[in-house]
Order: sequence, then structure tokens, then C-alpha cells
Amino acid sequence: MSQDPIILRAEAVTKVYPGTLALDKVDFNIRRGKVNVLIGENGAGKSTLMKILSGVEESTSGKLLLEGKEITLKSPRDATRQGIGIIYQELNLFPNLSVSENIFMGREKLSNFGVIDHKAQETIAQGLLKRTQQPISPKSLVADLRIGQQQIVEIAKALAQNAQILIMDEPTSALSQHEVESLFSIIQDLTAQGVSIVYISHKLDELLRIGDFFTILRDGRLVAEAPAAEVSLEWIVEKMVGRSSDSLFHREEHEAKEVLLEVSHLNLPRAGGGMLLDDVSFKLRAGEVLGIYGLMGSGRTELLESLMGLQPQASAAIKLAGKAVSGDIKTRIRSGLALVPEDRQRMGLVQVLSVAKNMTLSSLKRFVRGLALSDTQEKKGVEQMIKELSVKVADPAQLITSLSGGNQQKVVVAKSLLTEPKVLLLDEPTRGIDVAAKGEMFSIMNELSKKGLGMIFVSSELKEIMAMADRVLVLAKGRISADLARADLSEQALVAASAGETVRLAA
Amino acid sequence: MKGVAAQSRPAFNWRMLLLSFRAYIALIVLAVIFAFLSPAFLTTGNLVILTKQVALNAILGIGMTFVILTAGIDLSVGSIVGLAGMIAGGLINEGLVLPMFGIAIFFNIWIVMLLTLLVGVLVGAINGILITRLNVTPFIATLGTLYVARGVALLRSNGATFPNLVGNPELGNTGFPILGTGTFLGLPIPIWIMVTFALVATFVASKTPFGRQVYAVGGNERAAELSGIRVKRVKLLSYIISGFCAAMVGLIISSQLVAAHPATGETFELNAIAVVVLGGTSLMGGRGTMGGTIIGAFVIGILSNGMVLLGISEFWQTVIKGLVIILAVVVDQLQYRLQQRAALQLKEGAKAL
Repeated sequence: MSQDPIILRAEAVTKVYPGTLALDKVDFNIRRGKVNVLIGENGAGKSTLMKILSGVEESTSGKLLLEGKEITLKSPRDATRQGIGIIYQELNLFPNLSVSENIFMGREKLSNFGVIDHKAQETIAQGLLKRTQQPISPKSLVADLRIGQQQIVEIAKALAQNAQILIMDEPTSALSQHEVESLFSIIQDLTAQGVSIVYISHKLDELLRIGDFFTILRDGRLVAEAPAAEVSLEWIVEKMVGRSSDSLFHREEHEAKEVLLEVSHLNLPRAGGGMLLDDVSFKLRAGEVLGIYGLMGSGRTELLESLMGLQPQASAAIKLAGKAVSGDIKTRIRSGLALVPEDRQRMGLVQVLSVAKNMTLSSLKRFVRGLALSDTQEKKGVEQMIKELSVKVADPAQLITSLSGGNQQKVVVAKSLLTEPKVLLLDEPTRGIDVAAKGEMFSIMNELSKKGLGMIFVSSELKEIMAMADRVLVLAKGRISADLARADLSEQALVAASAGETVRLAA
Repeated sequence: MKGVAAQSRPAFNWRMLLLSFRAYIALIVLAVIFAFLSPAFLTTGNLVILTKQVALNAILGIGMTFVILTAGIDLSVGSIVGLAGMIAGGLINEGLVLPMFGIAIFFNIWIVMLLTLLVGVLVGAINGILITRLNVTPFIATLGTLYVARGVALLRSNGATFPNLVGNPELGNTGFPILGTGTFLGLPIPIWIMVTFALVATFVASKTPFGRQVYAVGGNERAAELSGIRVKRVKLLSYIISGFCAAMVGLIISSQLVAAHPATGETFELNAIAVVVLGGTSLMGGRGTMGGTIIGAFVIGILSNGMVLLGISEFWQTVIKGLVIILAVVVDQLQYRLQQRAALQLKEGAKAL
């Protein structure tokens, strides 16, 4: 019996939101037992398509054919029943419950007395976890698991519902390199078992590694579909944004200037003993972009937080433009440091406030005239920033949540710049924003560098750090394992150093 | 695509407009209904009485709004009202007794009021310190001070009332009743106090850095902290403002009654929360206005006043007040969802550009 190679086909799917056309007659084929990659900038329609496939939203027109038969999905429950599972970027687990309780949430196995049969649940959970080849006990508390393991619990949960199609939205965004590798091997096992994967990510190098079929959306339309053999990085970027990738990631030349920031002997003890940061010392010059590369848990974020005074246990001698820096975050902002935090939603933005009010939050004092905030002064400052960073916003009084991810990020950067910093600390500034917005973020960094700002740029994306950094410090287990000048940068050197090997450069 | 936009936008805005002005609309509708049903309602005399009653809830609500905007709650305000009355009453009738010297100091009435307000500030500061330094959740911290402050109020006189707070001309501490019963330019002084508090609070909330920071702390505490806002200080100040407002109400009531009773102000905290919520402030923090709170106080005030005039039973009044509060929050949620949807549409629209 020959099986149709396409398990699920979306035909001419259109989704209209009031005022917008999110999807315009999109065809999408999910091939059986393959990794089907869905690519597009933010706003291209990926998430809308995903919501339709998982039953969260209904399409305005068009149809879904499962094994050639038309299906309607009115709710996520319908989708689950049809064997379609989804793993969201933000995991939907209960940290206070055990792995097996999470897997059977809402579909508990009951014993004859109508109480939960934990034994049976744990046995089944054990079997599912075995399929993922991960040493996770069904009895352990989800809160005790690493993010990578929690994701595997999500996968097991989907498998428990007999998912034939598994949609993964940015599954690696919170994973370390090691965890990404094990996720990839799980995906390979699953496809070998006949499970079809829909894989959505911004990390193009990962997509090229894992993808079997590529579908690219732009502005709600299907622009290209091709098997892996015909796909290259340049091709993807060109289809996504309609221009070639070289112009997007480019560090402009600049001359070396005076030392601006000097950090010596930064130590940060770990709560349970040992060190999160172990005797870290470095210098940053004016106009320099200093890249910090390292795996999850290597101390990247803690380094920036220590500089900002957010880690009370940290000790260090920090000198900015010749003056010692200490105290709480407010004092440090005043002395010329500013942080663009990693998690935009949780740490960067106040969702209930407008674009303008978010922007001026760190620099309110600047806009006070007499006793009160001056509307005209505030407006002036906001408009200047909107122009400088080309934030796409119709009216600064709009809620911040009405902007796209890339523009929200620009607002966070603008908030930092309004404090008139000398050194800008950027923690994963391109996370979760699309390729075009990344390009814009990098050109903003180039501009700031010309003005003499020093920048510390933390990124877990090799390509970005190699494109943008003048110098890279590699962190491994809280120590600097390599200090590489731009000329010495190579992917191999960075990866090796991040694993804790000391890189010796050929003299 | 353009057709879609043209069809849905105008209807949407119209509904949003009605929703955002719902408190004013409710106020006007209530006023019209009562004016129609009871000829006594629209008389100057009744309106002045009504506003005097509203003033108490409004002043408590103003302080409470600051606290709720930071995503906190202050359950202790009712007890502060009682304690403030007892402090003022004691100082007027007994003076500040210093047993070791065997004397009692009687203060000028201005100083009595100042000291009383300072007691409110002190209780507010204790709330703030418990919450920001000792990490007690606001609900529990202020529940604790609710009991403690009430207990202290009862201890002050062993549960008895301080009567006849007129002061003694020989001691130079007369004039206290003027605060609650006097008039200025024809209007009772409590109404002037409410107007002053409302204007200052509106200015602080919408025009000063502190006000902006209150909204930011309630909206996203972590982001506020990373923006260099001293979150603990902002919260502490909010509880202090609430304590200050409650002490002011305590002064007004004991002045109106020319007596201080330790049980005064019981369940006032619930009225204060009700007017804040009725005014559209979210208990999750970050959303709300002072103007809303004032409107909320008037809605509750008109409702009670009108129902009394119509002779509706006191028991039914309680039931109806409860239903109105629930209805207000349901409508508030509806508006919030519509706003979120509008933001989402803007976002999708921006992407499509």
C-alpha cells in the first residue's frame, strides 16, 4: 500500500483579522516523517498558520486535508484528537507537579475507584520518555528539570496524545548547545518512527541542519517551497526579505580609541558553592563592540547583571571613564552604564504603558520642569529617538504591545539611550526578532559605535557575534577561556573555547 | 483588505468610546433616575449632604488607588481611621500624658491634627516596610496592621469613646469641630479637602516622575527595577500616602461627630477598595486613574443616597451595592479585552505594512 507522502495539506488558507489580512491563500504541505521547516519574518504569518493548524484559530477560508480527508479544527482539543500536537516557545508545564502528572494533565488515568492511578501513569510516562532516550524520571518535579528536559516532557506529553504531527515553535531558543544536540537527535528518532515535524525557528543555521522541506512565508503569502537539497542560507534570506544577506550583517570599520570601561577581578559566588564568575577582568574601548560568547550557564547574563549592580554578591573593581562605579542600578545608570535585558517582555517593557512612557522610564528626571514632567520635553525626546532608531509606530501614545517584536526591542534600546550612557550592555538584543529587524539593530550598533559608545554584546548566535564584534571574550564556566581579536575569529575557535578549552593562537 | 478595515473600524470605536466613558454615563444615568423618582434628590441640601458622604470614601479611595496601582492592597485603612480619631480625641481631651513628670501637654488644634496625620503616615510606613523589606505579601501585612491598629485604638481608652471634642479655651485647643462641620465659601470643609486631595493626587499620578513610576511598578515590577526605578521606595511611599489619607478621614469623622469612638471605620477598607475598582483601576496594578476613583466614590454615594430617599430597605441596598461592584468589574474586563484586541490589530496592521 503506497502512502501519500503528504500527511496534512493546507489549501488556500486565508485568515482575515479586522483590518489585516494575516494569511493570503497559503498552501502548506506537511510531509510524512519529515522535518517541515516554516520560515518567515515576524508578521509573515507563521504564527497565524500555526494557530490554524493547532485549532487555536479558525481560518476565514480554505481547507485542511488530513490524509486526503477534509477536517475542521474548532479548538485545540479537536487538533489533539486528529493527532496534531504543538509545543509552544513558552512551555505549558506545571512546575509544582511531577513529570507524569504533567504528561497526563487533564486526561488522568483513573483506577476503579475513580482516583488517579499514579502507578499506571508513571509506567506509561516511563515508556514515552524512553522513546526520547532521556534519563528523566516520571516522578521528578518539573521545577527540578533543566529547560531542555522540560521541553522533552512537553514532547512526551504530545506523544502521549498520539501526536502524528508535532509543531515546534522556536524550540531551541532557551536551550544550550548541548541540549540542542539532544533535541535534534530526538527529532531524528521521532521522524524515523513516522512522526511528522513542523519546525519554526529564527536560527537559520539550525534549520539548514535539521530541515527536510522548507516553506517560506512573506507578508502572509507563500513565497517558496523547496526540499533541503535545493536550499542554502543565501536563498532563505533572499526569499524571506527579498534581498541578499551580506548587507544585513556588517560591522563598519572604526579606529581604536581610548579605554572607556575597565573591569578587574569580577567574582560572583554561586549559591550552592563554587563560582558563577571567576576572576573576570577586561577592558572596553570607546566605539568598540565587545562580543561575549558562551553557552547557557557560562555566566554571560550574570556578567552583565554584575556590571549593572543587580547581583548583590558580586565583587569587582569597575572603572568607567576613569571613575569608580558602584552602588545600585540607578546609581550605575547615572554613571553611564545602561542595560538592554535579555527577556524583553519580562524585564524590558511595562506592557500596560504606551510606547512613549516605556521609552522615558529610565530618564524621567531629564523631562522634569519645575515640579512636573513636561509633555513637550518628553515628546521631543521620544520623537527624536523614534527618528534616530526608525521605530515604526503611528502614534507614541499607542500601547507598547501593539508593536512588533523588533520595534519593541528598539523601544527598549531607546529607553537605555535616553539615559545618555557611555557604555551599553546588550544581552541577546536580536532574540526573537526577524532578520530585517536584526539588520536594523546592527546598523544602530554601528551608528552608536561611531558616536563613541562602548558596547558589550552578548549573543549565543555565532554568526551574529562574528559579524558584529570587534573582539570576543568567550566565557566557559564563569572564566574567560579566550579573548579573540576580530582577525582571529573563527567558528571553531569560539565553539572550542566555549566548551572550556583554552584556545592557543598560532603566534 | 481595505474594505475589511473600513467596515469594522467605526463600529468598534463607537463601542470603545461608550465603554471608556461608562463610569460617567453610569453616574449621569443614576442621577437622572433618582432625580426623576425622588423630588428631594436634586435639592441643594441633599447634594451637599451626598457630597459630604462621598468625600470620606473618595479620600480613602485616593490613597488606596496609589497602593492598588502598584499591584498592592491596603486593608488597614479602616483601622487607621479609627486609630486617628482616638489619637486626636485623646490629645484634645487628655493631652499628651507624661507620667514620669506627672504632667499632660495640651497642643494647639493644628498640632493635634498634624500629629494624628503623622500616626497615619507611621502605620503606612510600617505597612510599606513589612512589604518591601521583610517581603510580607501586601494582603497579609496590611491584614496584620488592620488588627494591630484597631487594637491600639481600643487600648487607647479601654474601648470607651472620647466625647465632646470641643477643647478647652483655657488650654487653647478649641476649634476641632470646624474641620468636619464648618463651611468655606458656602461649602462644607470636608468637600474642600476632597477637592484638594483629588487635584493633588491627579497631578502626582499623571504629571510627576513618582506617579509614572507607580504605574511602571504595578505594570511590570522587574522591568521597572531594571529601568533604574527604586521599586521599594515607590511602594513604601504609596502605603504612606494611603495611611495619610486614612488618618485625614479619621480626623474628619471624629470632628463631624465631635467624638472619637475606637470602632469607627470598620469595613471602610472594603468601601475604599470598592470605589477604586468601580473607578476602573485594575487590582493587577498599572491601570487606573484618580478621576476614575472619584467617579467611583460618587457612583456609590449617589446609589446609597438615592436608595435611602426612595425608602429601599437597607438590606436590599447592600445587595444592590454588591451587584453594582461585580457588574463594574465585569464591564472593566470587557473593555480590557477589547483594548488588547485593538492593540493586537494595530500590531497585525503594522506587520502588514
